[in-house]
This record gives sequence, structure tokens and C-alpha cells, in this order.
Amino acid sequence: MTTAQPTPASFWNDTGKTGITSWIFSTDHKRIGLLYFYSTFGFFLVGVLLGLTLRLKLIAPGLTFIGPATYNAVFTVHGVVMIFLFIIPGMPGAFGNLIMPIQIGARDVAFPRLNLFSWWLYIIGAAIVLTSLFTGGGPPDTGWTFYVPFSARTGTNVSLAVLGVFTVGFSSILTGLNFVTTIHRLRADGMTWGRLPLFVWSIYATAWVQVLATPILGITLVLIMAERILGTGLFDPARGGDPIMYQHLFWIYSHPAVYIMILPAMGVISDVIPVFARKPVFGYKMIAFSSLAIAAAGSLVWGHHMFTSGMSDTAILVFSFLTFVVAIPSAIKVFNWVSTLYKGSISLEAPMLFALSFILLFSIGGLTGLILGAAATNIHVHDTHFVVGHFHYVMFGGTGFAFFSAMHYWLPKFYGRTYAEKPAIVAWALMFTGFNILYFSMMVLGLKGMPRRYYNYLPEFAPLNLVSTIGSWILAIGLVIMLVNLFRGLFRGEPVGSNPWGGATLEWSVPTPPPTENFEEEPVVTHGPYDYSKAGVP
Amino acid sequence: MNHAAHKDYGGAKLGMWLFLFTELLLFGGLFLLYAVYLSRYPHEFTAAGRDMHVGFGTLNTVILITSSLLAAMAVTAIQRNERRKVLFLLGGTILCAAIFLFNKYLEWSAEIGNGIYPNSPRLASGPPGESVFYSLYYLTVGLHGLHVLVGGTLLAVVAVRVKRGTVHSGDFVLLENGALYWHLVDLVWIFIFPLYYLIL
Repeated sequence: MTTAQPTPASFWNDTGKTGITSWIFSTDHKRIGLLYFYSTFGFFLVGVLLGLTLRLKLIAPGLTFIGPATYNAVFTVHGVVMIFLFIIPGMPGAFGNLIMPIQIGARDVAFPRLNLFSWWLYIIGAAIVLTSLFTGGGPPDTGWTFYVPFSARTGTNVSLAVLGVFTVGFSSILTGLNFVTTIHRLRADGMTWGRLPLFVWSIYATAWVQVLATPILGITLVLIMAERILGTGLFDPARGGDPIMYQHLFWIYSHPAVYIMILPAMGVISDVIPVFARKPVFGYKMIAFSSLAIAAAGSLVWGHHMFTSGMSDTAILVFSFLTFVVAIPSAIKVFNWVSTLYKGSISLEAPMLFALSFILLFSIGGLTGLILGAAATNIHVHDTHFVVGHFHYVMFGGTGFAFFSAMHYWLPKFYGRTYAEKPAIVAWALMFTGFNILYFSMMVLGLKGMPRRYYNYLPEFAPLNLVSTIGSWILAIGLVIMLVNLFRGLFRGEPVGSNPWGGATLEWSVPTPPPTENFEEEPVVTHGPYDYSKAGVP
Repeated sequence: MNHAAHKDYGGAKLGMWLFLFTELLLFGGLFLLYAVYLSRYPHEFTAAGRDMHVGFGTLNTVILITSSLLAAMAVTAIQRNERRKVLFLLGGTILCAAIFLFNKYLEWSAEIGNGIYPNSPRLASGPPGESVFYSLYYLTVGLHGLHVLVGGTLLAVVAVRVKRGTVHSGDFVLLENGALYWHLVDLVWIFIFPLYYLIL
């Protein structure tokens, strides 16, 4: 695949300019991808610190080192930061931007300037959210769901935080429409829909959800602001409004949003597993199809967040049924990944370890999701720590671990240097262990009846809370080791060649780090994304 | 970095259509609330709807449809490379937008003068359904008015580009997308007008 031509300048030193302006005003998808990576990952670390604070508070019942009002603010900001500033924009913004255009053989996304504008909107939105923490009535204390009537009445700075989230949502919409257009219009010659890497398929499905669901969040957030500033009373029963309508509107977006979070992660796993099992992916068509099926069916299940809200029994039955329907495409993916592993020549390197733990943790998260999706069992565990545990298994054990997998798998490609393998594996082992201690305890606590978001709890819940908090420390230690090792490696580690893992997708056919235009000449695709022999990989 | 940018006409149109879908969904949330609250308060909605100023609504509908016609004619004119005509037609569209907003100002002033605005003492003492109707009315029409403002500004930017010659018969996708956006603004109003002024 590689030719003896002199390597063209990589995207790091193409402009001859250095300094921050060569980044924050660049329209190169790789630079924007890295901008997204560092900004979203920075917010991830902020969210981690807030999460550790919450766990430290819950180490023992009663008044510990933060008061109840602070606790409310911390869990709200933890949720807002993690969801709206990391996990929704993170995967499409960072790895969607870095990888997707190269994987389809394109020079850039369809609208490069719009892409830069999206990142700016994200940063402006994040700045507004941060401003809301330190001005007005202080950080919001409503929980990340901003439920009325409390969000309409609390004296904290909800309006500004909501405006920030609105701006971030606009950025998400623009990223989505940019990616849909890119994948439709800019595929290289021979890159048929049946040859798209599965990561691209998942980004494609995600982009549609971003386009179709986010506007509803936009109008919902506008309605909260109107409720607070104009006193419209649309969700206030005293003036004829209905708070349940708020919940409907909120979840019409926010349930599809969890598929914005998990679909790209599934795409990463679908790309990593075959490479490290040295086998073509099993069931390519079904994995691609199930991404679209999840995106479509996932838009119709929002009501399962509202089983105890007073919604009609018919609605509960329908939403419960549809929730079970969504489990099918998710299970199709899991079975296909496992079948890909079957009789594969598996090499347990860091990206693969994170990917394998994704399968386990996501399966636990998904199956506990069915306990929540069944109307009867939901009543028992609704609003308990079971929900918190379930959610973190899917979002952290799922998307988070896939994000780490992607970091180890793809970032060396863009830096030209790689990390040390052993510390990466130690870090993975610590994180995996700590993760399960942390969140499995939460699910048990929830089954025993410990509510979520409560400042205090009964003494009988104390032992498991202690265990959970210790788990959070193990996880944090693993995270620190992973970050030190990874970033040390990226900046000062061993150089890597263009195809360190032996992948057959297009990003491994270009030099490391990729040149500005990605491809020296327009590529013509002659083989599928997992066709190793035709790609010339041993 | 700056290679001769290749223009992807189809891509630009596709992107714009996707964006228009998101705008429809944005208003969709408000129409959803309208549907739910109409079925809950049919009588209050009917009573409140009868008090709307149908004259203003009809006038504004005619103005918006005319403006959409002018915008569509501008797209045809640029394909024929008639730049003066394009500028004239775009000017007409923007003028219609301004008249629309001025009418809205008069209408809202009249309503507010009658003590009808969100959280007003008059609505607070009336039946709850009436308050919901007017809150939804102000939000939907207000959001639409904002879109009229944005659309008018967008068309003004396009007009400047046409004057400078950067938008011309060989490359007019910006004008076409601007006109598409303007048609969306028109289309949303076509739904707002009967829902609030006519059917009740």
C-alpha cells in the first residue's frame, strides 16, 4: 500500500503557522477533531472530580463534608457537564471528526467552516454553562433533567445554564447535518454503502438522531426559560399547564440522546474487535442495519422514563413494549461481536481490552435496562440507585470504555507516537475492577431501596456505600495511570508506522500522522473495510 | 490549505433541507403542546380564539405569501443573470418581512393593551385554558417572528453578496438556500394562521 514517495507534510506542520490561532480558526477536520477531543475530555475530567465528590459525600450517612444544597448543585452539575459537555458531543465531535472523513476516503467534511462554527458554538455554550455556576443564584440544583415545577421556581441560575445547553444543542445539530451530508456526498470512488466501515455507519445513524431529536430539546429548554422569565405557566397546573408535558418533551429528546451517546461507541467496538480478532467482522449487514434500527426505534421509547409520572396505563404498556423492541438490535450487535471473536486469533492489547470490557459492561447495563423498561419492576426500582448504576454501566462502562478504546486505538495514528503497553493494561485492569465495585454496589443499593439524589440515607445502606466509594478511588487511580501513560506516549513515546494494528479501513492506508489532505491522491476503494487480505495486511 | 474549493451544489442543498427539518421539529414541540391543550380545554381555546384579530392575521398571511413569491422569483432571476431584478425582488421580500413585523407589533400592542400577555392579572383571573392558549400563542408567534427577523437578515446578506457579484448565475446556492429558509418561515405561518385565528 505505501509507496516510496516522500511523505507529504503532516497536518501538524502544514501551515507553517503555530500557536493557538492555527487551531481555533482551522477548518481541517483533524484539528477540529482534536479541539473537540481536548475540550470534551477536559469536561470529562471536571465531571469525574464532581462524581468523586459525590461518592465521597456518600461514604457515610449524615452530614459529611458538604451540605445538602451543595450536594444538589454537585450532582446537577456532574450530570449537565458529563451529558451535555462530554458524552453527547465527545464521540461524534472528537472521533467522528478525526476518523470518519478519512474512513470514507474524503479530504474533509462537507462543510468545513460550519464544522468549526459547531465547535465554537460548543465552546460558547460551555462557557455559558460555566458562567451560570458562579453568577446569579449560583449553580442549578435541579438535576440534569431540569424537571418542572422545581426548575421553574428554584432561585438558582437555571435560565443561564439552560441557555448554555441550548447553544451546545445547536452545535450538535450542525455536527449532525454536516456528517449526514458528508457521508452522502463525499464517499470516495468505490466506497459503496456496503463498504462503509461500521464506525461510519454508527456515526451516520447518530447524526440522524442529532438532527431529528435535538430540536425538541431546544424548544423544551426555551419553554423553561419562558416559564421562568415570562411566567407562561404552560407547565404550571395552577394556570392550566401540565408538568407531565414537560417530561414528555424532555424525554422525546433525551431518550434518543442516549443513542447519540452509545451508537458511536458501538461503532468503535465494531471496528476494534475484528482487527484484534484477526477476522472479518461477523454479520456486517446486521450490525449496520441494527445501528439504524436503534436510531429509529429508540425515538419511540421515551415514555419509559415516566412510568410513575401519572401517565395513562395504555401509554405505559406501549412504551414498555417498544422498550423491549429496542433491546433486539442492541442484542444483535452483541451477538455479532461475540461471533466475530469465535475462533479468532485474539490479541489482548489495550484497545481490545477496553472493547471486550465494553461488551460485558454494556450487556449488564442493557439487561438492567430491561428491568427498568418492564412496567412492573420499574415501580420497584424507579428513582433508586439502581437507575444510577444502570445508567453508568451503559454510559461509562459502555461509551466511556469505548472512548478509552478509541483513544488507544486511534490517537497514536494522529500523533505518530504511541504509549507503553504494560501500564495501559494495568490501568485498564484497575479501571475495570474499580468500575464494577463502584457501580454494582449502587445497583444492589437500589434494589434494597436507596433512592437516588438523596443527601442522606439509612444506616443499613452504609457498608455498600463505603464499598462503592472505595471503588470510585480504584477507578480514579486507574484513570490517572491511563492518562499519564497515554499522553506521555503520544508526545514522547515510540514512533509508530502507518498501520500498527493491521487494520484494513482507509485510515490505516495513509501516512502517520495523516497529511492535511488525508490522501496523496484520491483513493479508489476496491475492498471491504474488514477484508484484510485485499488490503495487503498479513 | 486553500485549494480551489470545489462547490458541492447537491451537498449544500441537502444540508439546508436537513436544517429545515430541524426547524420544523423545533416548532413541532409547540404544535404538540397546542394539540394536547386543545383537547384538554376545547371551550376555553374556542372562546379565546374568537377574540383574535383575524384582520391582522389575514393581512400578514397575504404579505408572507407574496414575499415567498418574490423570493422564488429572485431565484429564477439569478439563473437568468438579471442582477438588478434579483436585488429588486429581494428588496421586496425584505420589505414584506418588515411590514409583517410592524403588523405584529400593532397586533401585540393591542393585545397587551387589553391586558392579554403571559402572567397578566387579567389572564390569571380567567379560566386556566385561556391563559394556556395565550401563552402558547405568544411563544409560537414570537418564535416565528424571530425567524422572520433571521430570514430577513439572511436575505439582506445574500442581497449584499449579489450586489458584490459573489452570488451570480454560476453560483447561486446561497440565494437558493436563503429562499428555502424564507419559504420555511412562510410555511410555519401557514400552520399558525389557521390554528390560532381560523379553526376555533
